Amino acid sequence: MKETVSADALRLQTEIVRKRLVEVVYKAKAGHIGGGLSSLNVLTTLYFRVMNIDPLNPKMEDRDRFVMSKGHCVEALYSVLEARGFITPELVNTYGQFGSVLAGHPTIEVPGIEVNSGALGHGLPIGVGMAIAAKMDKKDYKTYVLMGDGEQGEGSIYEAAMAGSQYKLDNLVAIIDRNGLQISDTTENVMGLEPIAERWSAFGWDVQDINGNSIDEIIKAFDRIDYNNQKPHLIIFRTTKGKGVSLMENILKWHHGVPTQTEYEQAINEIEQRIELLKK
Amino acid sequence: MEIKSIPCRKSFTDTLLELGKKDKNIIAVTTDARGSVTLTDFAKELPEQFVECGIAEQDAVGISAGLASCGKKTFVCGPACFYVARSLEQVKVDVAYSQNPVKILGVSGGVAYGALGATHHSLHDIAVLRTFPGMNVVLPCDARQTRKLVMKLVDYPEAVYVRVGRNAVPDVYENDNFPFEIGKANTLLEGNDLTIIGTGETVYHCYEAGKRLQKEGINVRVLDMHTLKPADTEAIIKAAEETGKIITVEEHSMYGGLGAIVAETVCQHCPVPMRILGIPDENAIHGKPLEIFHYYKLDSEGIYQTAIDFLK
Repeated sequence: MKETVSADALRLQTEIVRKRLVEVVYKAKAGHIGGGLSSLNVLTTLYFRVMNIDPLNPKMEDRDRFVMSKGHCVEALYSVLEARGFITPELVNTYGQFGSVLAGHPTIEVPGIEVNSGALGHGLPIGVGMAIAAKMDKKDYKTYVLMGDGEQGEGSIYEAAMAGSQYKLDNLVAIIDRNGLQISDTTENVMGLEPIAERWSAFGWDVQDINGNSIDEIIKAFDRIDYNNQKPHLIIFRTTKGKGVSLMENILKWHHGVPTQTEYEQAINEIEQRIELLKK
Repeated sequence: MEIKSIPCRKSFTDTLLELGKKDKNIIAVTTDARGSVTLTDFAKELPEQFVECGIAEQDAVGISAGLASCGKKTFVCGPACFYVARSLEQVKVDVAYSQNPVKILGVSGGVAYGALGATHHSLHDIAVLRTFPGMNVVLPCDARQTRKLVMKLVDYPEAVYVRVGRNAVPDVYENDNFPFEIGKANTLLEGNDLTIIGTGETVYHCYEAGKRLQKEGINVRVLDMHTLKPADTEAIIKAAEETGKIITVEEHSMYGGLGAIVAETVCQHCPVPMRILGIPDENAIHGKPLEIFHYYKLDSEGIYQTAIDFLK
């Protein structure tokens, strides 16, 4: 059943997951923490409020589909799947260990994951296929695809952008985590994306350009979607890489940096203070 | 060469259309290739089961994976040269690695496009695709076998790559009374002096060469190795043990294809001398497909001569 969670509850939940994400990366000594943190608000909003999913029945026939196209930020997804009850903390604790089911990119062996990803530019075409399948079967389920902004360099995305529009996939929601940084520099220095909203509008998509650091704005953006408007939807969430851990925010090295013990303690302390405030 | 039949691609799509009329979950996906694949009738008669992606192979394979993940029996169809190069990463990740049982039909494979050149040849597909866990590789040899293959593919639980040519080819199987199992080679001629193993369109030429050799008193065995993955290793080992010499014939690079599969098998179980006929490490000469076959000794004459030399 679809959960309805208040914005305040979602803020608290997000900080709890944020703490776990930092812990997972710190313990595994591996991961893409910066982009995980920037996309976390969107992930928790999807998993705790927007999507029709059942952790006890991950393959429920008419479930909404989620594709993590920016697969390198899998630690954020594992942390959310754990919080939502798809996978156990014991399983998540194996991340980074030899032979763990949990790889450094999403795989279908993990309950709640629909498709293996990690090679960029693959998620949107797959999402288009899922959305076409839903239309063929006259089903109401929706498909959500989370992409990175650096990922927007991949040409296959624009093949899917054309197909989404051609097939009037108003049951498809593409999301860009627009944190502005990719592995070697800012997106605009590496290969400029702006005006990104106008570009996607020109492809025939229904585009929203939103502050992705605000849970309230994220909730409103999803609530605003008209799933019968004959257009595929794109939400650009303007975010901050490393969001919620001040020592990591907007700093390039946290693309896939691993915190030292001191940095870890500082990060946890900061998040715990926010959790205490949100509990009040 | 007497040709009574239709091209394998047409046999494939005719069968798919027939099955698609009874099962709305059968979906054909293509990339502005409905003409070259011969999907025009399917598109007209079953428009709700047809997905046109435009000239965008990466998108087509990704879309097919998405469709398959939602339970659709998905056949993505287009020129072999593009699906196993341009969209190779989607085949690897979205189809094979993600265990989506998409069926990929590569038409006009090998050197079927002849003089169009190396952009349009696919002489690497077996070598590459057989290294992907979860991917199966089948090269049917004629229209009847292709039809039997499609019947098996619809509910086959894994991904399968099928390569066929472009033009009609002579019948190897002259009626429907022959067995067909994915992974099980067919014995066309029995013999113990030498084994010739073909796959896809070379099978006819192996068969013709085999019949000629038998007329001359050489008891040659001929195997139709339609499935390259999983290959019928039992038949290969048996051929090595019982005939002591093997020639392989493939419309593919001499690296990594049928010859390599047979060599990998016999060298570990029953080493025997081999000759590998295929395209050497060069861009194939320009010409009509049969001229190219003749140049590289992949036709019955070349196979016959190779056998005579090998037995000296």
